[in-house]
Amino acid sequence: MVTVPPRGRPSAATRVRGSGALAWLAVPALLVFVGFGVIPLLGVLALSFTTWDGLSQDITFSGFTSWSAVLSDPGLPHALWVTFLIMALSWLVQTPASILIGVFLAGRQRYRTLLAVLYFIPLLLSSAAIAITYKALLDPNFGLGAGLGLDFLTQDWLGDGTLAMGVVIFIVSWQFIPFHSLLYQGGVRQIPRSMYEAAELDGAGRVRKFFSITLPQLKYTIITSSTLMVVGSLTLFDLIFVLTAGGPGDATRVLALDMYKRGYQANLMGPASAIAVILVLVGLALALFLRRLGGRDAGASQLEGA
Amino acid sequence: MATTLTDKPGRTATGHSGRRRRTTPRESKNWLGGTISWIWLAIVIVPIYWVVITSFKSQSTYYLSNPMAPPVEPTLDNYRLVIESDFPLYFINSLIVAIGSVVPAVLFSFMAAYAIVRASQNRFLRSVNWLFLMGLAIPLQATVIPIYLIIIRLHLYDSLLALILPSIAFAIPLSVLVLANFIRDVPKELFESMRLDGASEQTTLWRLAFPLTRPAVVTVSIYNALQIWNGFLLPVILTQSPDKRTLPLALWSFQGEYSVNVPAVLASVVLTTLPILILYVVGRRQLLSGLTAGFGK
Repeated sequence: MVTVPPRGRPSAATRVRGSGALAWLAVPALLVFVGFGVIPLLGVLALSFTTWDGLSQDITFSGFTSWSAVLSDPGLPHALWVTFLIMALSWLVQTPASILIGVFLAGRQRYRTLLAVLYFIPLLLSSAAIAITYKALLDPNFGLGAGLGLDFLTQDWLGDGTLAMGVVIFIVSWQFIPFHSLLYQGGVRQIPRSMYEAAELDGAGRVRKFFSITLPQLKYTIITSSTLMVVGSLTLFDLIFVLTAGGPGDATRVLALDMYKRGYQANLMGPASAIAVILVLVGLALALFLRRLGGRDAGASQLEGA
Repeated sequence: MATTLTDKPGRTATGHSGRRRRTTPRESKNWLGGTISWIWLAIVIVPIYWVVITSFKSQSTYYLSNPMAPPVEPTLDNYRLVIESDFPLYFINSLIVAIGSVVPAVLFSFMAAYAIVRASQNRFLRSVNWLFLMGLAIPLQATVIPIYLIIIRLHLYDSLLALILPSIAFAIPLSVLVLANFIRDVPKELFESMRLDGASEQTTLWRLAFPLTRPAVVTVSIYNALQIWNGFLLPVILTQSPDKRTLPLALWSFQGEYSVNVPAVLASVVLTTLPILILYVVGRRQLLSGLTAGFGK
């Protein structure tokens, strides 16, 4: 869809003159990105083979010490499991709801605009603000449940491991379902009307049309949205940091938080860097897997086009 | 949009106008989608409503009153406390970081995107583009420890510039991708005629490509501004002193300090969200398209 038409290609002479001058335009972006993106990425791998407390000047090479410490720590499989659980469950909650809401919002009725305006407010709030709000709202003594006298709402939401996981998944959905609905709304609006008209001539009902036309046509939107959800839950930090700080115990200690706590609370930058490398590898593996699944995504089509 | 934002959902008037405007009579009602959408709306609205009304309650009445009832005697004391707790300073810090990051990030990204589109055969630019695309697939948060080290070595630790530099870098991959998509849509003939008129690439960039893709530039700027405004990880790692706090960090420490004063904590939530909410009311379309920029295309 974004392939460059060959006819617009300039002649050899102008191309050489033009590209040299043009290449300079990319230099500022490249410098900043290399300095604070590429070098840190290589740096994190390098730091995972060192010992550093994060405070002093001396960083010493220590081989695989950090790696063996991290890999033999039962905290790692636990953090991986918690991350995976949040990823999978929040995907399971968000995807069907976002598709249904997106399809509904893609209709043309006027009041749906009003719905949309209100819907997207959670997208504007910072994760810190959302976490603080829910912390107050769910407080067993002073929160909504106690105030309304509703017993099922009056639980130690953030004090019980299972409940706390549920709360995190709920808040993630609260925060991001609007965004994904917006993606699906856009996807549904791109489906040609003629497909539905043809199906109607064949007497297909609403449910039939949904499963035979809408859902298959949304394939790429589903892949894009799922990629964002999966990568997003991998780097979920702000919300959990403010809401539970990984607790109770280590019940919500996801990989990104594990990295932070090892690095900045236990002052073990080597092991923290090893966790960061694992984070990068898991992220890349997931992105590649999802791309394989769809055969294409925004990034892949760009690669073909460029 | 200012009025619709404050409208209560479920007003029959809007429902009627919706029915009247229905232009596709063949469409049967989507009950399931409709029900879920309205339920979800309630789930979204209830906490927000609660935050707003509670922020106007006094601490003493908060524990006694019905949490869903509006305050009997609304008070601004909570807001006064928040403002006196240096929030204007944190607001300015956030503003400096957001503007200081977004302007260079979008300018650099635009220049790079222009070069990548215009000289798509250039080998150097192809590798640059590839590098940025890889940046999209990698969770950049994983790079914060080396960034922390670099910032210390540059003697920038605990400064606003420490937040600005990595924020620019993090914004570049997606900005380049989206802007390049839009520059590609500019008809080739326009570039060609500029070239025939003897215009330099610099002139073509600023006089032709930039004005023609202005909506995309605005969209990308808003998206980045929102990400940076709400950012938490970089401030928590790269700053330390209270006078360098940005709003999300200030919220967090205010909450730690006044955890028993729930109305004041919620007033701080409202105050820090207000600037974005105003932006949302003014530029809703740009903002929403900004949020999905690059993903829908």
